[in-house]
Amino acid sequence: MSLLADPRWSEALGHLPDYLGSHVRVSLAALALGLIVSLPLAIFARHRPIWRSVLLGIASIVQTVPGLALLALFYPLLLALAALSLSWFGVSFSAFGFLPAVLALALYSMLPVLRNTITGLNGVDPALLEAADGVGMTPRQRLIMVELPLALPVIMAGIRTSAVWVIGTATLSTPIGQTSLGNYIFAGLQTQNWVLVIFGCIAAAVLALAVDQLLALIETGIRLRSRLRALIGVFGIAALVIATLAPSFARSDTRVVVGAKTFTEQYVLAALMSQRLQAAGLATATRQGLGSSVIYDALAAGDVDVYVDYSGTLWANQFHRSEILSREQLLAELKATLAKANVTLLGELGFANAYALVMPRAKAQALGIKTAADLAARSGSMTIAGDYEFFSRPEWAGLQKAYSLSFKAQRVMQPDFMYAAVASGEVDVIAGYTSDGLIAKYDLVVLDDPRHAIPPYDAIMLLSPKRAGDEKLRGALQPLLGKIDLPLMREANLRAAGNDATSSPESVAQWMWEKMK
Amino acid sequence: MSSPLIRFSRITKRFDDGRVTAVEDVSLDITAGEFLAVVGGSGSGKTTLLRLANRLIVPDGGDVHVAGENISNVDPIALRRSIGYVVQSGGLFPHMTVADNIGITPKLMGTPASETAARVDELLDLVQLDRKAHRDRYPHELSGGQRQRVGVARALAARPEIVLMDEPFGALDPLIRDALGDEYLALHRKLNLTTIMITHDMTEAILLADRIAVMKAGRLIAEGSPAELSTSKDPYVNELLGTPRRQAERLKHLITRDGA
Repeated sequence: MSLLADPRWSEALGHLPDYLGSHVRVSLAALALGLIVSLPLAIFARHRPIWRSVLLGIASIVQTVPGLALLALFYPLLLALAALSLSWFGVSFSAFGFLPAVLALALYSMLPVLRNTITGLNGVDPALLEAADGVGMTPRQRLIMVELPLALPVIMAGIRTSAVWVIGTATLSTPIGQTSLGNYIFAGLQTQNWVLVIFGCIAAAVLALAVDQLLALIETGIRLRSRLRALIGVFGIAALVIATLAPSFARSDTRVVVGAKTFTEQYVLAALMSQRLQAAGLATATRQGLGSSVIYDALAAGDVDVYVDYSGTLWANQFHRSEILSREQLLAELKATLAKANVTLLGELGFANAYALVMPRAKAQALGIKTAADLAARSGSMTIAGDYEFFSRPEWAGLQKAYSLSFKAQRVMQPDFMYAAVASGEVDVIAGYTSDGLIAKYDLVVLDDPRHAIPPYDAIMLLSPKRAGDEKLRGALQPLLGKIDLPLMREANLRAAGNDATSSPESVAQWMWEKMK
Repeated sequence: MSSPLIRFSRITKRFDDGRVTAVEDVSLDITAGEFLAVVGGSGSGKTTLLRLANRLIVPDGGDVHVAGENISNVDPIALRRSIGYVVQSGGLFPHMTVADNIGITPKLMGTPASETAARVDELLDLVQLDRKAHRDRYPHELSGGQRQRVGVARALAARPEIVLMDEPFGALDPLIRDALGDEYLALHRKLNLTTIMITHDMTEAILLADRIAVMKAGRLIAEGSPAELSTSKDPYVNELLGTPRRQAERLKHLITRDGA
C-alpha cells in the first residue's frame, strides 16, 4: 500500500481543525501574555543592572526546566490556587487544560523577549538619545518615539524566537488536558501509529514557520515603512486567531468529554465509550493523553465527564491507602470514598489491568521461576524495566518488601518498548500490565503474586459529579459493564499496537463492540 | 546695561562620583543677540558647559540663569523645548522623515499638525532646502550638509531665542562647512538669535563669533572678541590663535602671488 493512500492520513486530517485550533489559541494566548509581562519588565530593568541580572537569571532558569515538567508543575499549582480561591472568595476555576498551559508557555516565552528588548533598547545610539532630550522629549516620549522604534528589529527577532519556541512546546500541553497538535504525537507514540506522530510534527512545524513569517512581515513592514506588508502580517495573525475561534463558538457545552490516560488501552476504551455515546445520540469530545493524577482531578472538577480508571491506582495513588484488601472489599471501600467527592463508580468492565512482573516463558521455565517469590534469589543479577511511574509507585516498594527483591539495575522505558526489550533479553524482567496484548505476542509469562503485594486493578468506569444523574449517558455506557474480559482486552490491545490501517483505536473499538454483541 | 540672557555663575561639574572634573568654577555671561563661540581641546569641558545651559546636565556647584531665572527652578522639558539644540552631524532620528524631524518640538508642544506642516515648509525655505524634494525623505537619503541644514531647521522650529550648537559643522567637508557657517550667521542676525557654538576650530570661531571663550581642563582661561584675544599673553590662547594667523599669512602670500 502506498504511504499516502493510508487511510490514517485522512483520519488524522479529520482532527486537524480541533487540534490546530486549540494549538493556535493556546500558543498565541501564551505569547500575548508573555509579551504583556516581558516588555514592561524589560523596559523597567534595562537601566537597573541588578534587576536586569535577576530577571534574566530567572528567565534562563525557567528555560532550562524541560517543557513537559514546567507544564506539569503548573497543574498542581493551579489546583491549589483554585482550592484557595474557592475557600476565600467562593469562586473556583479550572486548573485543567488551557489555563496551566497558557501560564507555563507564557513563562517559557519570556527569555528571548526580555533579552532582546533589553539589548535592543540599550543598543540605541547615545547621540540620538541626547538629541531626543535636547528637542525636549520627556523620558516617556523618548521611549515611545525614539527608543522603541529603533530597537524594534531586535525586539521583533526576540518575539519571533519566542513564537517558534512556544508553538513547539505547546505540543507538550496534551498531558495536562489542553488539546494541541501534541495529541497526534502522544496518541501516535502510545499506539505506535507513526503516521500520526509524523502528521503532528509536520503540522506543528508548518504552524511555527507560518507564524514566524507573518511576524517577519510585520517587522519588515514597520522597518521599511511599508504599511501593506505590516497590514498583511497583522491580518494574517488575526485571520489565524479568528479561524481557530470559529469551531469553538460552534461547540456546545453539552458535549460529553471522554478522558483517556497515556496508554493504548485507554485510547481504545475512550474510543469505545465515545462510539456508544454517539450511537445514543450524544455529542462527545475526547481529552486524550492525560497524566494519571491529572485525569481524576479533572473528572472531579467536571472538566472530564467519563473515563476508565483502575481500582488499585485510585486506592494507592489518589487516596494514598496502603492496606491490602480483597477485590470486593477494595471496590466497596473505593465506591464509598469516591461518593464523598460526588464521583460515581458506574461499574466494572470485567477485566483487571494490574502491574505484574513479566518475563519470557522459556527463560522462566529454564530458571524454574513461577512466582515473584522465586525471583528473590536471582534478582541480584537481573535487570528490571518499568514504565515512567512504576518505580515511584507504592506497588514497587510493596513488591520489593514482600519478596526481598533487589535487582542489579532498574531501567525506565516507554511501555510499548519494554516488552520487546524483555523478549530480546535486553532486560530480564519487566513490570508489565496484565491486560497487555504484547504478553501473548512475545510469548511472555506473568509471574504470580502469592503474597498479594500488588492490589487488585479492576477496570472501573467513573462519572463526573455533573453527569451523575444523566440517565441517557448511563444507559449508553451500561452495555459495556462486565462485558470486557481479559482475553478480549488483551487481543484488542494487541490489535491496537499493530501499525496498519485497522489498528486505530476507533477501528479496534468497533471490532470489540462486534465481539461483545 | 541690561542683564545677560544666559549667565553661568561659578559653575562646577564633576563626573564619576567626583573623580573627573569636567567644569571648574566657570562664570560667563552671554547677552541677548550675541554669538559666542566656545573653543578648546577635547576634554576641556566645553560640551559639558553647553549642556548645562539647557539642563541636560545639572551642575554640582553654582547656578545657571536663563532670561533672569535660575533654571534649577524651571521645568527642564519646557526649558529644552524653548531652546534650539544642534548636535554634530544633525542627530536626526533615522526612522522619521525630514518633515517629522523638523516638526518634532512643535509636535511635542501640542501644536496642530497643519500649523506644524506650514512651519516645516517655512523652515525648509529658511535653510535653503527644496520643500518638495526633501520633506518626505529620510535622513539616510540626504548628504551630510543637507542633514545639518535639517538639524538647524529642527532647532529653529519652535522659534527659540537661544540656539546651542555642539560642533555643528565639524564632520562636514571644508567648502560646505564654510558655506553653512555663513548661512547660519545670516540666520542668527536675521532672527535676532543668541547663539552658543562649541568648536575646536579657532578659524571657524573667529569668522563667525562676536566673542570667543577659551576653555582648558575645565577652566575658562580667556574670553573676549577676536581682537581682544589676539593681545592675550596666555601661551595656550596664543597657540590656538597661531594656526589661523599662519593660515592667513600663507593665504595672503599665495593668493597675491598667484593674482600678480
